[in-house]
Amino acid sequence: MNLGETFTWLATHWAGPGGIGARLAQHLLLTLAVVAVAAIVALPLGVLIGHTHKGAAVVGASVGAARAIPTLGLLTLFGLALGIGLRAPVLALVILALPSLLAGAYAGVETVPPAVVEAARAVGLSETQIVWRVELPLGAPVIIGGLRAATLQVVSTATLAAYIADTGLGRFLFIGLKSRDYAQMVGGAILVIALALILEVTLAATQRLVSVHVTHPRQ
Amino acid sequence: MSHRTHRFAALVAVAALALAGCSGAHGQTIVVGSQDYYSNEIVAEIYAQALEKGGYAVDRQFRIGQREVYLPEIEAGNIDLFPEYTGPLLQFWKSSTTARLADAVYSELVQAAPAGLRVLDQSPATDQDSYVVTSAFASQWHLTTISDLKGVTVPLVMGANSEAQSRPNGPQGLLDTYGVTCGFTPIEDGGGPLTVKALKDGTIQLAIIYTADPSIMANDLVSLEDDKGLFLASHLVPLASDKVDDKAAALINKISAAMSPSDLVALDARSVTDQLPAATIATDWLKDKGLV
Repeated sequence: MNLGETFTWLATHWAGPGGIGARLAQHLLLTLAVVAVAAIVALPLGVLIGHTHKGAAVVGASVGAARAIPTLGLLTLFGLALGIGLRAPVLALVILALPSLLAGAYAGVETVPPAVVEAARAVGLSETQIVWRVELPLGAPVIIGGLRAATLQVVSTATLAAYIADTGLGRFLFIGLKSRDYAQMVGGAILVIALALILEVTLAATQRLVSVHVTHPRQ
Repeated sequence: MSHRTHRFAALVAVAALALAGCSGAHGQTIVVGSQDYYSNEIVAEIYAQALEKGGYAVDRQFRIGQREVYLPEIEAGNIDLFPEYTGPLLQFWKSSTTARLADAVYSELVQAAPAGLRVLDQSPATDQDSYVVTSAFASQWHLTTISDLKGVTVPLVMGANSEAQSRPNGPQGLLDTYGVTCGFTPIEDGGGPLTVKALKDGTIQLAIIYTADPSIMANDLVSLEDDKGLFLASHLVPLASDKVDDKAAALINKISAAMSPSDLVALDARSVTDQLPAATIATDWLKDKGLV
Protein backbone atom coordinates (compact mmCIF):
# COMPACT_ATOMS: atom_id res chain seq x y z
CA MET A 1 0.00 0.00 0.00
CA ASN A 2 1.23 3.45 -0.83
CA LEU A 3 -0.37 6.86 -1.03
CA GLY A 4 -0.66 6.55 -4.80
CA GLU A 5 -2.95 3.54 -4.45
CA THR A 6 -5.03 5.43 -1.90
CA PHE A 7 -5.49 8.36 -4.26
CA THR A 8 -6.36 6.00 -7.12
CA TRP A 9 -8.95 4.40 -4.86
CA LEU A 10 -10.30 7.81 -3.83
CA ALA A 11 -10.52 8.90 -7.45
CA THR A 12 -12.25 5.82 -8.82
CA HIS A 13 -14.86 4.60 -6.32
CA TRP A 14 -17.50 7.33 -6.34
CA ALA A 15 -20.37 5.70 -8.21
CA GLY A 16 -22.93 3.08 -7.25
CA PRO A 17 -24.89 2.20 -4.12
CA GLY A 18 -21.71 1.29 -2.21
CA GLY A 19 -19.63 4.11 -3.69
CA ILE A 20 -18.01 7.05 -1.94
CA GLY A 21 -20.81 9.45 -2.92
CA ALA A 22 -23.52 7.27 -1.37
CA ARG A 23 -21.47 6.50 1.73
CA LEU A 24 -20.64 10.18 2.30
CA ALA A 25 -24.30 11.10 2.03
CA GLN A 26 -25.29 8.31 4.47
CA HIS A 27 -22.57 9.34 6.89
CA LEU A 28 -23.57 13.03 6.79
CA LEU A 29 -27.29 12.25 7.17
CA LEU A 30 -26.63 9.90 10.05
CA THR A 31 -24.48 12.52 11.80
CA LEU A 32 -27.04 15.29 11.31
CA ALA A 33 -29.92 13.06 12.44
CA VAL A 34 -28.06 11.97 15.58
CA VAL A 35 -27.03 15.52 16.52
CA ALA A 36 -30.59 16.77 15.86
CA VAL A 37 -32.16 14.11 18.09
CA ALA A 38 -29.60 14.70 20.81
CA ALA A 39 -30.11 18.48 20.58
CA ILE A 40 -33.88 18.13 20.95
CA VAL A 41 -33.29 16.29 24.23
CA ALA A 42 -30.26 18.13 25.59
CA LEU A 43 -30.75 21.79 24.66
CA PRO A 44 -34.08 22.46 26.44
CA LEU A 45 -32.86 20.52 29.47
CA GLY A 46 -29.54 22.37 29.61
CA VAL A 47 -31.20 25.77 29.19
CA LEU A 48 -33.73 24.96 31.90
CA ILE A 49 -31.01 23.96 34.33
CA GLY A 50 -28.88 26.97 33.45
CA HIS A 51 -31.82 29.32 33.90
CA THR A 52 -33.12 27.92 37.17
CA HIS A 53 -29.69 27.01 38.59
CA LYS A 54 -31.31 23.78 39.80
CA GLY A 55 -29.68 20.42 39.21
CA ALA A 56 -26.32 21.86 38.14
CA ALA A 57 -24.43 19.33 40.27
CA VAL A 58 -26.36 16.49 38.64
CA VAL A 59 -25.40 17.80 35.20
CA GLY A 60 -21.72 18.04 36.12
CA ALA A 61 -21.62 14.50 37.47
CA SER A 62 -23.70 12.83 34.76
CA VAL A 63 -21.94 14.64 31.92
CA GLY A 64 -18.58 13.49 33.23
CA ALA A 65 -19.78 9.93 33.71
CA ALA A 66 -21.48 9.76 30.32
CA ARG A 67 -18.28 10.81 28.59
CA ALA A 68 -16.57 7.69 29.93
CA ILE A 69 -19.04 5.30 28.28
CA PRO A 70 -17.37 3.31 25.47
CA THR A 71 -19.55 3.69 22.38
CA LEU A 72 -18.68 0.33 20.80
CA GLY A 73 -19.69 -1.48 23.99
CA LEU A 74 -22.92 0.48 24.11
CA LEU A 75 -23.54 -0.27 20.44
CA THR A 76 -23.15 -4.02 21.01
CA LEU A 77 -25.43 -3.86 24.04
CA PHE A 78 -28.15 -2.00 22.12
CA GLY A 79 -27.59 -4.27 19.12
CA LEU A 80 -28.31 -7.33 21.27
CA ALA A 81 -31.52 -5.69 22.50
CA LEU A 82 -32.75 -4.03 19.29
CA GLY A 83 -31.20 -6.18 16.57
CA ILE A 84 -29.02 -5.10 13.68
CA GLY A 85 -29.71 -2.01 11.57
CA LEU A 86 -29.57 1.69 12.36
CA ARG A 87 -31.53 1.88 15.61
CA ALA A 88 -28.71 0.67 17.87
CA PRO A 89 -25.98 2.91 16.37
CA VAL A 90 -28.29 5.96 16.42
CA LEU A 91 -29.09 5.40 20.08
CA ALA A 92 -25.44 4.85 21.01
CA LEU A 93 -24.34 7.96 19.10
CA VAL A 94 -27.11 10.09 20.64
CA ILE A 95 -25.77 9.12 24.05
CA LEU A 96 -22.29 10.08 22.85
CA ALA A 97 -23.56 13.51 21.73
CA LEU A 98 -25.66 14.31 24.80
CA PRO A 99 -22.91 15.34 27.30
CA SER A 100 -21.33 17.99 25.06
CA LEU A 101 -24.69 19.46 24.09
CA LEU A 102 -26.01 19.44 27.64
CA ALA A 103 -22.85 20.98 29.06
CA GLY A 104 -22.80 23.63 26.30
CA ALA A 105 -26.43 24.61 26.81
CA TYR A 106 -26.12 24.68 30.57
CA ALA A 107 -22.83 26.60 30.62
CA GLY A 108 -24.01 29.06 27.93
CA VAL A 109 -27.04 30.13 29.96
CA GLU A 110 -25.33 29.86 33.32
CA THR A 111 -22.49 32.24 32.38
CA VAL A 112 -24.78 35.13 31.47
CA PRO A 113 -23.97 37.71 34.20
CA PRO A 114 -26.64 37.67 36.96
CA ALA A 115 -26.81 41.47 36.83
CA VAL A 116 -27.96 41.33 33.22
CA VAL A 117 -30.66 38.80 34.05
CA GLU A 118 -31.77 40.83 37.09
CA ALA A 119 -31.90 43.97 34.93
CA ALA A 120 -34.09 42.16 32.41
CA ARG A 121 -36.36 41.00 35.23
CA ALA A 122 -36.47 44.59 36.64
CA VAL A 123 -37.67 46.07 33.35
CA GLY A 124 -40.55 43.61 33.42
CA LEU A 125 -39.52 40.71 31.15
CA SER A 126 -41.20 37.40 31.95
CA GLU A 127 -39.02 34.33 32.62
CA THR A 128 -39.72 32.98 29.14
CA GLN A 129 -38.77 36.32 27.63
CA ILE A 130 -35.56 36.37 29.68
CA VAL A 131 -34.62 32.96 28.29
CA TRP A 132 -35.40 33.81 24.66
CA ARG A 133 -34.27 37.44 24.52
CA VAL A 134 -31.41 37.57 27.01
CA GLU A 135 -29.93 34.22 27.99
CA LEU A 136 -30.12 32.39 24.68
CA PRO A 137 -28.63 35.20 22.55
CA LEU A 138 -25.87 35.90 25.07
CA GLY A 139 -25.16 32.21 25.64
CA ALA A 140 -25.29 31.32 21.94
CA PRO A 141 -21.53 31.15 21.31
CA VAL A 142 -21.06 28.62 24.14
CA ILE A 143 -24.17 26.64 23.13
CA ILE A 144 -22.90 26.44 19.55
CA GLY A 145 -19.53 25.40 20.96
CA GLY A 146 -21.28 22.42 22.55
CA LEU A 147 -22.98 21.64 19.25
CA ARG A 148 -19.60 21.83 17.52
CA ALA A 149 -17.96 19.42 19.97
CA ALA A 150 -20.87 16.98 19.73
CA THR A 151 -20.86 17.05 15.93
CA LEU A 152 -17.14 16.37 15.76
CA GLN A 153 -17.48 13.39 18.11
CA VAL A 154 -20.47 11.97 16.25
CA VAL A 155 -19.08 12.38 12.73
CA SER A 156 -15.91 10.51 13.64
CA THR A 157 -17.60 7.83 15.75
CA ALA A 158 -20.41 7.26 13.22
CA THR A 159 -17.98 4.92 11.45
CA LEU A 160 -19.10 2.37 14.06
CA ALA A 161 -22.57 2.27 12.50
CA ALA A 162 -21.06 -0.03 9.88
CA TYR A 163 -20.46 -2.58 12.64
CA ILE A 164 -24.08 -3.71 12.35
CA ALA A 165 -25.55 -1.73 9.47
CA ASP A 166 -24.80 -1.25 5.79
CA THR A 167 -24.32 2.47 6.35
CA GLY A 168 -21.69 5.18 6.27
CA LEU A 169 -17.99 5.61 5.68
CA GLY A 170 -17.16 2.99 8.31
CA ARG A 171 -17.90 0.34 5.68
CA PHE A 172 -14.68 1.25 3.87
CA LEU A 173 -12.70 0.92 7.10
CA PHE A 174 -14.13 -2.49 8.01
CA ILE A 175 -13.83 -3.97 4.51
CA GLY A 176 -10.31 -2.57 4.12
CA LEU A 177 -9.18 -3.91 7.47
CA LYS A 178 -10.58 -7.41 7.03
CA SER A 179 -9.47 -7.91 3.44
CA ARG A 180 -6.11 -6.15 3.87
CA ASP A 181 -7.12 -3.55 1.31
CA TYR A 182 -5.26 -0.77 3.07
CA ALA A 183 -5.68 1.69 0.20
CA GLN A 184 -9.42 1.49 0.75
CA MET A 185 -9.00 1.74 4.51
CA VAL A 186 -6.81 4.84 4.37
CA GLY A 187 -9.10 6.30 1.71
CA GLY A 188 -12.09 5.81 4.02
CA ALA A 189 -10.21 7.39 6.92
CA ILE A 190 -9.29 10.41 4.79
CA LEU A 191 -12.95 10.85 3.83
CA VAL A 192 -14.03 10.79 7.48
CA ILE A 193 -11.35 13.34 8.35
CA ALA A 194 -12.38 15.57 5.44
CA LEU A 195 -16.04 15.45 6.41
CA ALA A 196 -15.18 16.16 10.05
CA LEU A 197 -13.04 19.15 9.05
CA ILE A 198 -15.76 20.59 6.80
CA LEU A 199 -18.34 20.37 9.59
CA GLU A 200 -15.85 21.73 12.12
CA VAL A 201 -14.91 24.73 9.98
CA THR A 202 -18.57 25.49 9.23
CA LEU A 203 -19.58 25.38 12.89
CA ALA A 204 -16.49 27.32 14.00
CA ALA A 205 -17.37 30.07 11.52
CA THR A 206 -20.96 30.10 12.82
CA GLN A 207 -19.70 30.32 16.37
CA ARG A 208 -17.42 33.22 15.52
CA LEU A 209 -20.21 35.04 13.71
CA VAL A 210 -22.51 34.68 16.72
CA SER A 211 -19.74 35.78 19.15
CA VAL A 212 -19.15 38.95 17.16
CA HIS A 213 -22.88 39.56 17.17
CA VAL A 214 -23.01 39.13 20.96
CA THR A 215 -20.04 41.39 21.79
CA HIS A 216 -20.81 44.01 19.14
CA PRO A 217 -24.57 43.81 18.61
CA ARG A 218 -24.73 46.78 16.23
CA GLN A 219 -22.29 45.50 13.66
CA MET B 1 -7.24 -15.91 32.97
CA SER B 2 -5.21 -15.90 29.77
CA HIS B 3 -2.25 -14.54 31.72
CA ARG B 4 -2.46 -17.45 34.10
CA THR B 5 -2.74 -19.89 31.22
CA HIS B 6 0.34 -18.33 29.66
CA ARG B 7 2.32 -18.49 32.86
CA PHE B 8 1.23 -22.09 33.36
CA ALA B 9 2.20 -22.94 29.80
CA ALA B 10 5.57 -21.26 30.33
CA LEU B 11 6.14 -23.25 33.52
CA VAL B 12 5.22 -26.45 31.80
CA ALA B 13 7.53 -25.58 28.94
CA VAL B 14 10.42 -24.91 31.31
CA ALA B 15 9.74 -28.12 33.21
CA ALA B 16 9.58 -30.06 29.97
CA LEU B 17 12.85 -28.56 28.82
CA ALA B 18 14.48 -29.50 32.12
CA LEU B 19 13.12 -33.01 31.83
CA ALA B 20 14.27 -33.23 28.24
CA GLY B 21 17.86 -33.03 29.42
CA CYS B 22 17.57 -36.28 31.36
CA SER B 23 15.19 -37.57 28.75
CA GLY B 24 12.90 -40.58 29.03
CA ALA B 25 12.33 -43.68 27.00
CA HIS B 26 12.04 -42.01 23.61
CA GLY B 27 14.97 -39.67 23.50
CA GLN B 28 13.95 -36.34 22.01
CA THR B 29 11.31 -33.97 23.31
CA ILE B 30 8.32 -33.41 21.02
CA VAL B 31 7.39 -29.76 20.75
CA VAL B 32 3.61 -29.37 20.43
CA GLY B 33 2.28 -26.01 19.23
CA SER B 34 -1.15 -24.45 18.83
CA GLN B 35 -2.81 -21.48 17.18
CA ASP B 36 -3.98 -18.53 19.17
CA TYR B 37 -7.48 -20.03 19.07
CA TYR B 38 -9.06 -21.74 22.06
CA SER B 39 -10.43 -24.68 20.09
CA ASN B 40 -7.05 -25.40 18.50
CA GLU B 41 -5.35 -25.20 21.90
CA ILE B 42 -7.67 -27.87 23.32
CA VAL B 43 -6.76 -30.27 20.48
CA ALA B 44 -3.05 -29.53 20.94
CA GLU B 45 -3.43 -30.22 24.65
CA ILE B 46 -5.08 -33.56 23.84
CA TYR B 47 -2.10 -34.45 21.62
CA ALA B 48 0.33 -33.41 24.35
CA GLN B 49 -1.36 -35.41 27.10
CA ALA B 50 -1.65 -38.52 24.93
CA LEU B 51 2.05 -38.32 24.06
CA GLU B 52 2.98 -37.89 27.73
CA LYS B 53 0.91 -40.96 28.63
CA GLY B 54 2.76 -42.77 25.85
CA GLY B 55 6.07 -42.01 27.55
CA TYR B 56 7.19 -39.02 25.45
CA ALA B 57 8.62 -35.79 26.79
CA VAL B 58 6.48 -32.90 25.57
CA ASP B 59 7.17 -29.18 25.30
CA ARG B 60 3.99 -27.13 24.93
CA GLN B 61 4.26 -23.98 22.81
CA PHE B 62 0.63 -22.90 22.71
CA ARG B 63 -1.24 -19.81 21.51
CA ILE B 64 1.47 -18.88 19.03
CA GLY B 65 -0.64 -16.86 16.60
CA GLN B 66 -1.88 -17.25 13.07
CA ARG B 67 -0.56 -19.37 10.22
CA GLU B 68 1.76 -16.68 8.84
CA VAL B 69 3.56 -16.69 12.18
CA TYR B 70 3.76 -20.31 13.23
CA LEU B 71 4.14 -22.18 9.96
CA PRO B 72 7.66 -20.84 9.24
CA GLU B 73 8.60 -22.03 12.76
CA ILE B 74 7.29 -25.51 11.99
CA GLU B 75 9.10 -25.56 8.64
CA ALA B 76 12.30 -24.50 10.41
CA GLY B 77 11.98 -27.52 12.70
CA ASN B 78 11.22 -25.61 15.91
CA ILE B 79 7.81 -27.22 16.39
CA ASP B 80 7.12 -30.93 15.84
CA LEU B 81 3.38 -31.37 16.12
CA PHE B 82 0.59 -28.93 15.40
CA PRO B 83 -3.20 -29.32 14.97
CA GLU B 84 -3.99 -27.89 11.54
CA TYR B 85 -6.97 -27.62 9.21
CA THR B 86 -6.76 -29.30 5.80
CA GLY B 87 -8.11 -26.65 3.40
CA PRO B 88 -6.51 -23.50 4.82
CA LEU B 89 -3.17 -25.31 5.20
CA LEU B 90 -3.29 -26.54 1.61
CA GLN B 91 -4.08 -23.01 0.40
CA PHE B 92 -1.11 -21.69 2.33
CA TRP B 93 1.27 -24.11 0.62
CA LYS B 94 -0.45 -24.22 -2.75
CA SER B 95 -2.52 -21.11 -3.39
CA SER B 96 -3.43 -22.26 -6.92
CA THR B 97 -5.37 -25.30 -5.70
CA THR B 98 -8.93 -25.86 -6.90
CA ALA B 99 -9.68 -28.72 -4.50
CA ARG B 100 -12.65 -27.95 -2.23
CA LEU B 101 -14.05 -31.26 -0.96
CA ALA B 102 -12.50 -33.12 1.96
CA ASP B 103 -10.81 -36.10 0.29
CA ALA B 104 -9.46 -34.17 -2.70
CA VAL B 105 -8.03 -31.54 -0.36
CA TYR B 106 -6.43 -34.17 1.86
CA SER B 107 -4.73 -36.07 -0.95
CA GLU B 108 -3.34 -32.83 -2.40
CA LEU B 109 -2.19 -31.83 1.05
CA VAL B 110 -0.25 -35.06 1.49
CA GLN B 111 1.62 -34.20 -1.73
CA ALA B 112 2.11 -30.53 -0.83
CA ALA B 113 3.86 -31.06 2.52
CA PRO B 114 7.51 -29.92 2.29
CA ALA B 115 10.44 -32.23 3.10
CA GLY B 116 10.77 -33.09 6.79
CA LEU B 117 7.05 -32.57 7.42
CA ARG B 118 4.02 -34.77 6.89
CA VAL B 119 0.32 -34.67 7.66
CA LEU B 120 -1.09 -37.56 9.66
CA ASP B 121 -4.62 -38.92 9.14
CA GLN B 122 -7.35 -36.30 8.86
CA SER B 123 -10.07 -36.37 11.47
CA PRO B 124 -13.81 -36.48 10.71
CA ALA B 125 -14.00 -33.37 12.91
CA THR B 126 -14.19 -30.15 10.93
CA ASP B 127 -14.12 -26.49 11.78
CA GLN B 128 -15.06 -24.55 8.70
CA ASP B 129 -17.31 -21.80 7.41
CA SER B 130 -20.91 -22.84 6.98
CA TYR B 131 -24.20 -21.21 6.13
CA VAL B 132 -26.45 -21.30 9.13
CA VAL B 133 -30.20 -20.77 9.37
CA THR B 134 -32.64 -21.01 12.27
CA SER B 135 -34.22 -24.43 12.68
CA ALA B 136 -37.64 -22.82 12.24
CA PHE B 137 -36.57 -21.41 8.86
CA ALA B 138 -35.04 -24.77 7.92
CA SER B 139 -38.21 -26.72 8.65
CA GLN B 140 -40.45 -24.10 7.01
CA TRP B 141 -38.57 -24.47 3.71
CA HIS B 142 -37.35 -28.08 4.16
CA LEU B 143 -33.69 -27.16 4.14
CA THR B 144 -30.85 -29.57 4.82
CA THR B 145 -28.38 -28.63 2.08
CA ILE B 146 -27.39 -25.31 0.57
CA SER B 147 -28.94 -26.48 -2.74
CA ASP B 148 -32.32 -26.57 -0.97
CA LEU B 149 -32.15 -22.76 -0.72
CA LYS B 150 -33.32 -22.67 -4.34
CA GLY B 151 -36.79 -23.62 -3.14
CA VAL B 152 -37.03 -20.59 -0.85
CA THR B 153 -39.33 -17.98 -2.41
CA VAL B 154 -38.87 -15.14 0.10
CA PRO B 155 -35.90 -12.76 -0.39
CA LEU B 156 -32.77 -13.96 1.39
CA VAL B 157 -30.31 -11.71 3.22
CA MET B 158 -26.93 -12.96 4.38
CA GLY B 159 -25.26 -11.44 7.44
CA ALA B 160 -21.50 -11.78 7.89
CA ASN B 161 -18.28 -9.84 8.35
CA SER B 162 -17.91 -7.26 5.59
CA GLU B 163 -15.06 -9.09 3.85
CA ALA B 164 -17.50 -11.87 2.90
CA GLN B 165 -19.12 -9.46 0.46
CA SER B 166 -16.11 -9.67 -1.84
CA ARG B 167 -14.94 -13.21 -0.99
CA PRO B 168 -16.02 -16.50 -2.60
CA ASN B 169 -17.82 -17.57 0.60
CA GLY B 170 -20.26 -14.62 0.34
CA PRO B 171 -23.32 -13.85 -1.81
CA GLN B 172 -21.26 -13.99 -5.02
CA GLY B 173 -20.06 -17.53 -4.29
CA LEU B 174 -23.58 -18.60 -3.38
CA LEU B 175 -24.81 -17.30 -6.73
CA ASP B 176 -21.95 -18.79 -8.76
CA THR B 177 -21.94 -22.23 -7.14
CA TYR B 178 -25.60 -22.74 -6.26
CA GLY B 179 -27.47 -20.21 -8.41
CA VAL B 180 -29.07 -18.72 -5.30
CA THR B 181 -29.46 -14.95 -5.10
CA CYS B 182 -29.25 -13.20 -1.75
CA GLY B 183 -28.65 -9.74 -0.28
CA PHE B 184 -25.94 -8.84 2.16
CA THR B 185 -25.75 -7.02 5.44
CA PRO B 186 -22.50 -6.51 7.35
CA ILE B 187 -22.32 -7.62 10.98
CA GLU B 188 -18.77 -7.32 12.21
CA ASP B 189 -18.77 -9.77 15.10
CA GLY B 190 -17.64 -12.87 13.20
CA GLY B 191 -20.79 -14.93 13.68
CA GLY B 192 -21.10 -13.83 17.31
CA PRO B 193 -24.13 -12.88 19.41
CA LEU B 194 -25.21 -9.96 17.20
CA THR B 195 -25.31 -12.28 14.17
CA VAL B 196 -27.33 -14.87 16.09
CA LYS B 197 -29.71 -12.14 17.26
CA ALA B 198 -30.21 -10.96 13.65
CA LEU B 199 -31.00 -14.56 12.57
CA LYS B 200 -33.55 -14.95 15.33
CA ASP B 201 -35.12 -11.57 14.54
CA GLY B 202 -35.37 -12.56 10.88
CA THR B 203 -33.43 -9.45 9.79
CA ILE B 204 -31.11 -11.92 8.08
CA GLN B 205 -31.90 -15.48 7.01
CA LEU B 206 -28.37 -16.78 6.43
CA ALA B 207 -25.23 -16.30 8.48
CA ILE B 208 -21.68 -17.56 8.14
CA ILE B 209 -20.70 -19.35 11.36
CA TYR B 210 -17.95 -21.92 11.97
CA THR B 211 -19.32 -25.47 12.11
CA ALA B 212 -17.71 -26.13 15.50
CA ASP B 213 -19.14 -22.98 17.09
CA PRO B 214 -21.14 -24.01 20.20
CA SER B 215 -23.62 -21.20 19.53
CA ILE B 216 -25.11 -23.24 16.67
CA MET B 217 -26.38 -25.85 19.10
CA ALA B 218 -27.08 -23.44 21.93
CA ASN B 219 -29.33 -21.28 19.76
CA ASP B 220 -31.19 -24.00 17.87
CA LEU B 221 -29.55 -23.14 14.55
CA VAL B 222 -28.96 -25.46 11.61
CA SER B 223 -25.79 -25.61 9.56
CA LEU B 224 -26.67 -26.35 5.92
CA GLU B 225 -24.71 -29.12 4.23
CA ASP B 226 -22.33 -27.78 1.57
CA ASP B 227 -23.23 -30.38 -1.09
CA LYS B 228 -21.39 -28.65 -3.95
CA GLY B 229 -18.22 -27.74 -2.12
CA LEU B 230 -18.53 -23.95 -1.94
CA PHE B 231 -16.59 -23.83 1.29
CA LEU B 232 -13.12 -25.20 1.48
CA ALA B 233 -13.09 -28.44 3.51
CA SER B 234 -11.33 -27.82 6.78
CA HIS B 235 -10.84 -31.05 8.67
CA LEU B 236 -8.61 -31.26 11.69
CA VAL B 237 -5.27 -32.73 10.63
CA PRO B 238 -2.07 -33.10 12.66
CA LEU B 239 1.01 -31.64 11.03
CA ALA B 240 4.09 -33.57 12.19
CA SER B 241 7.85 -33.39 11.82
CA ASP B 242 10.20 -36.38 11.53
CA LYS B 243 10.70 -36.27 15.29
CA VAL B 244 7.19 -37.71 15.63
CA ASP B 245 8.04 -41.40 15.24
CA ASP B 246 5.66 -44.14 14.07
CA LYS B 247 4.50 -45.00 17.58
CA ALA B 248 3.72 -41.38 18.36
CA ALA B 249 1.99 -40.99 14.99
CA ALA B 250 -0.18 -44.01 15.75
CA LEU B 251 -1.19 -42.43 19.08
CA ILE B 252 -2.18 -39.18 17.36
CA ASN B 253 -4.00 -40.98 14.54
CA LYS B 254 -6.12 -42.78 17.12
CA ILE B 255 -7.13 -39.38 18.53
CA SER B 256 -8.01 -38.02 15.09
CA ALA B 257 -10.13 -41.08 14.32
CA ALA B 258 -11.94 -40.88 17.65
CA MET B 259 -12.83 -37.20 17.36
CA SER B 260 -16.21 -36.70 15.70
CA PRO B 261 -17.49 -33.32 14.50
CA SER B 262 -19.88 -33.18 17.46
CA ASP B 263 -17.00 -33.98 19.83
CA LEU B 264 -15.20 -30.88 18.64
CA VAL B 265 -18.34 -28.79 19.19
CA ALA B 266 -18.70 -30.26 22.68
CA LEU B 267 -15.03 -29.52 23.48
CA ASP B 268 -15.49 -25.92 22.34
CA ALA B 269 -18.67 -25.60 24.36
CA ARG B 270 -16.87 -26.69 27.54
CA SER B 271 -14.39 -23.88 26.95
CA VAL B 272 -16.87 -21.17 25.92
CA THR B 273 -19.81 -22.04 28.17
CA ASP B 274 -18.17 -23.68 31.17
CA GLN B 275 -14.93 -21.64 31.01
CA LEU B 276 -12.82 -24.71 31.77
CA PRO B 277 -9.06 -24.73 31.07
CA ALA B 278 -7.81 -26.66 28.02
CA ALA B 279 -5.94 -29.17 30.21
CA THR B 280 -9.10 -30.24 32.08
CA ILE B 281 -11.16 -30.49 28.90
CA ALA B 282 -8.43 -32.57 27.22
CA THR B 283 -8.02 -34.97 30.15
CA ASP B 284 -11.77 -35.54 30.42
CA TRP B 285 -12.14 -36.20 26.71
CA LEU B 286 -9.22 -38.66 26.59
CA LYS B 287 -10.65 -40.56 29.58
CA ASP B 288 -14.12 -40.51 28.09
CA LYS B 289 -12.81 -42.08 24.88
CA GLY B 290 -10.69 -44.59 26.73
CA LEU B 291 -7.53 -43.30 25.08
CA VAL B 292 -5.45 -42.94 28.24
